[in-house]
Amino acid sequence: MENSYIDEPMLEAYVYETSQIIETLEQLMIQSEKVGTFSEEAMNEIFRFMHTIKGSSAMMMFNEISTLAHKIEDIFYVIRENKTIEYDFATLVDCILESVDYYKIEMIKIRNGERPDGDTASLTDKVNDYLVKLKKDNGLDKSKKEDKEKPKADQKYYISPNRKEDQAKYYKVKITFKKNCEMENIRAYTVIHNIVDLVEEVLYKPSDIIDNDQSVDEIRSNGFHMAIRSTAHEADIQKYLDSTIFLEKLDFEETNQEWFKEFEVIYQDQEISDEIKIPETSKKYVEIQKNKKEKEDSKQEVTATAAQSIISVNVDKLDKLMDMVGELVIAEAMVSQNPEVVRLEIESFDKASRQLHKISSELQDMVMAIRMVALSTTFMKMHRIVRDMTRKLSKDVVLDVYGEETEVDKNIIEKIADPLMHIIRNAIDHGIEDAEERKIAGKDPQGNLTLEAKNSGSDVLIIVKDDGKGLNKEKIYEKAYNLGLIYQSIEDMNDKDIYRLILHPGFSMKEQVTEFSGRGVGMDVVAKNIESIGGSVIVDSVLGKGTTIILKIPLTLAIIEGMNVKVGDSRFTIPIVSIKESFRPLNKEIIRDPEGREMIMVRGLCYPIIKLYEHYGLQTNVQDYEKGILIMVEEDDRSCCLMADELLGQQQVVVKSLPNYIKKYKQIKGLGGCTLLGDGSISLILDVGEFELSNVHEK
Amino acid sequence: MNEDMNSFMDEQEEDTQKGKFLTFYLGDECYGIDILYVTEIIGIQPITVVPELPHFIKGIINLRGKIIPVMDARLKFNKEAKDYNDRTCIIVIDVAQLSIGIIVDAVAEVLNISDDNIVPPPNLNTGGRKYIKSVGKSEEKITLILDCEKLLDENEVNELNHAND
Repeated sequence: MENSYIDEPMLEAYVYETSQIIETLEQLMIQSEKVGTFSEEAMNEIFRFMHTIKGSSAMMMFNEISTLAHKIEDIFYVIRENKTIEYDFATLVDCILESVDYYKIEMIKIRNGERPDGDTASLTDKVNDYLVKLKKDNGLDKSKKEDKEKPKADQKYYISPNRKEDQAKYYKVKITFKKNCEMENIRAYTVIHNIVDLVEEVLYKPSDIIDNDQSVDEIRSNGFHMAIRSTAHEADIQKYLDSTIFLEKLDFEETNQEWFKEFEVIYQDQEISDEIKIPETSKKYVEIQKNKKEKEDSKQEVTATAAQSIISVNVDKLDKLMDMVGELVIAEAMVSQNPEVVRLEIESFDKASRQLHKISSELQDMVMAIRMVALSTTFMKMHRIVRDMTRKLSKDVVLDVYGEETEVDKNIIEKIADPLMHIIRNAIDHGIEDAEERKIAGKDPQGNLTLEAKNSGSDVLIIVKDDGKGLNKEKIYEKAYNLGLIYQSIEDMNDKDIYRLILHPGFSMKEQVTEFSGRGVGMDVVAKNIESIGGSVIVDSVLGKGTTIILKIPLTLAIIEGMNVKVGDSRFTIPIVSIKESFRPLNKEIIRDPEGREMIMVRGLCYPIIKLYEHYGLQTNVQDYEKGILIMVEEDDRSCCLMADELLGQQQVVVKSLPNYIKKYKQIKGLGGCTLLGDGSISLILDVGEFELSNVHEK
Repeated sequence: MNEDMNSFMDEQEEDTQKGKFLTFYLGDECYGIDILYVTEIIGIQPITVVPELPHFIKGIINLRGKIIPVMDARLKFNKEAKDYNDRTCIIVIDVAQLSIGIIVDAVAEVLNISDDNIVPPPNLNTGGRKYIKSVGKSEEKITLILDCEKLLDENEVNELNHAND
């Protein structure tokens, strides 16, 4: 069984489930830490999480992971069962967060098909020490084990916490399943699992139904016995039991307390004899069932209402779906814009194709919406970073998060987590001062960090704002000048241009390299990552007051509205958002400067002209301005006019990246990707931002 | 058990593809590509020119919604260009997750060449790029077997490009 990766789907489910648990667990810890204690709910949840991880990891044969989870589970078990216990909260949180980190690394390893080989020894020791200390401090060491066994057994067998001694009635139940129904033990388990809501206490025999395959035989031959203590209506219980699937025969009778006690004794004997032995592989199927159940339970509690209506889908499938919708859009254009059909001018066809267009664009929106994910998980991660950093640097910083419900495309989310982390680290490390410095500056000793997301047109803005010392314009300028990045004098540059310098590779303002930042590979990576998804970074700052970094990212990458233009035999697509207008100039309107650069005056403003055929060295017959067309494009307040042969029309296009081979060879300036046109030919998408634009401002 | 089965299947698959080469012509010379790399063979298609690429990359084509670059084997091997006709083919190969089409004069056949009949190429010290992995013999015919990895090595592409400059 060395190669357990044969079970791909199972492994995938495991990694998915565990990662989710870990994430929730992390959030839970951070929340609890804020409050300073574990609520009962939180404690139950952590216990359940660890239990699930323990079970499923053992099933996947990841013993290290399982052992660690088991230890933590033990700690919480002790804490939970001894309500008055005193424990070192801070150390425990540290311990668990450390374990969370460990799990994260292991999950990545597993996902990459490696064996999770991280060494848990020190971590396990730490947890173990904690457990021992905990027990010792509270006088709960080994001698009291017996006491503890009982409540554990209670727990395992679903005794509802709110026990009412009086009025409870006792029932004796024997269930016989239909022959050949198979998996009797699981059916029995289902019965037990579901009946918990109705009863105060339920004991059953054979007791090891979920751990022991042999129990199937026993249930088959002797039936499944249950002892129930319940305040619920007799009829209700009977009704419930009657509804059991594959029920052959139900013996249901009321009994007395003595009988129940007797049953309990038999039952506990059994229990102690096979006390906590770690389940082996043969029982795993049942374990999954159990884990699933518990997972479902926990989810239901977390999201109470909407749990049932959510399914998780593999991202690959969504990608595929989107690709197909993209193809559909192209195919639709192919049909409805078929030159021969268009020439016929059939009214009913027009009507039908309009309808088709409406449906396909709705479908497209829908697929887009499916891929939208709220930023909250990404933002939640930042809490953890702030926590770790403030501890290490002993600064006091509060993170406020707004607009975490803002949604962006799944692919984009993945790309912004790292940059965001960098920015937050920078803000805490460089931006926000020590408490003393802050006091001197007359600020609240507690630093404030705001993380905000909001929609703005077709973009999402993510704003990271700190109230730290801000960027020193002169210092940045000086450094950049010394590095040879700029030649202008400081008066010639506006503030934003100077701040933008910190996004330059190799530019670090921090004199000392710390664990978290200052290696000069921070902000340029941020800028690069954000640009790679078509976004931009804006830096603004007031010295002494704080810094604001705005990430402007597009809602989606995949489909854009584009204008197709023709240059010679080539076709280009210009994103509609960057087009301001298009017009055919007169030759006499063109201005040439002594270096041969051409410009055009439009409404009193002067725009440079880039001839596409010249820029890309293409052959075309249209070189005269009066025969071609100028398209004025703009990005970030900078604009220029592109000259093309003619406009072909507006169309929604699916952005496809250029083949890797070409991308590896060279980044072609001004090309953002390619797309398929209605006739199946390929058009190159222009990335307007990469052209030599110039600032055109009204004076 | 499962594992055994898998490796068995793998072997089977490998067996059927081993020692088989797709041969094609550039002028009079016969070249071969290990059939493992070949995805499909298509006729010549309209090619979209992508600016600023080396001359042997003719551009990109639309292969049923997938966009792949195409390389003219003649230009790559510094032969003179030839107009495309209806014998011209694009062989789509898949090397290290890169798909690329290779334009050749004509595709010949799939040839079985046993290991005994494959010899390393002579050590020609002409300084040229070693695109030829080995030379196969079969029935009086010599097939130059291409090294697909080297063909696509973008570092070499770069070097070559600089050399051309």
